[in-house]
Amino acid sequence: MSESDVPDFSIEALRSGDREEFARLVDATSGQIYRLALRMLGDPQDAEDILQNTYIQALRHIGEFEGRSNLSTWLYRIAVNESLMQLRKRHPEISLTEAVGDQSEEDDYAPLHLADWCCLPEQELLSSEARQNLDEAIQRLPDTLRIVFILRDLQGLSIQETGQALGISESAVKTRLLRARLRLRDELSRYYSERLGNRSE
Amino acid sequence: MDQPDQSQCHALLTYLSDYVDGSLSEDLCLELEGHLAECQDCRIVVDTLRKTISLYHRCAADPQEVPGVVRERLYRTLNLEDFLKH
Repeated sequence: MSESDVPDFSIEALRSGDREEFARLVDATSGQIYRLALRMLGDPQDAEDILQNTYIQALRHIGEFEGRSNLSTWLYRIAVNESLMQLRKRHPEISLTEAVGDQSEEDDYAPLHLADWCCLPEQELLSSEARQNLDEAIQRLPDTLRIVFILRDLQGLSIQETGQALGISESAVKTRLLRARLRLRDELSRYYSERLGNRSE
Repeated sequence: MDQPDQSQCHALLTYLSDYVDGSLSEDLCLELEGHLAECQDCRIVVDTLRKTISLYHRCAADPQEVPGVVRERLYRTLNLEDFLKH
């Protein structure tokens, strides 16, 4: 949710319990929050729980909102935290926010597929099957990388906002973003190079 | 295939995200572009990386509606039924 996408809301009205203003906020932001949760967790029921909990928490804590960040970024942080809690319930052994493994492991970077599939026509690159492959490729990323990619490249948060939402440094965001992008490039290369092969047959 | 210096390919990979985002410093940009002029493999990686990000951006722009029943349950949970627009 980029800052320009969301209209201004009266923080004073929200703090004083103005339900109409709150409904306007939910109306303007719930699509983006639901999509974020669906991508983070890959499960509609979990995504609905996150959606509801995000606004319940927002209502509960609106008095603590200091206005230093954009209201939509603040909502995002709540949705991200709720999603992270849900992911931790699934995988309690994985640390999502600590910068473990953000250094070294340079082999992660090594591109495996070197086919040039950019020339494929748009209808093949974005066919319904290809779109499904794009979604599945995201779900195959490790949680730490997937979340950074979703916030930065799909939801359009800046590097700084992504770091704020996750409580990690900007350099950790950049490292994870690069890894996520290179892994997805490899996954897409494998998929599209098969289509290239089919075309040349 | 021209492949001038594979260790340079590997070193420059770490700058690729900043490069495709247009946020790489001018010095490193020149170094990377000098290498790209000579290395076909890295050109393919850069082009397909750009394309990968652009495909995801295109998908991200697709409108996302909250399914009707999910929206109704959300408004009920938040005591906002009066504001449910159909």
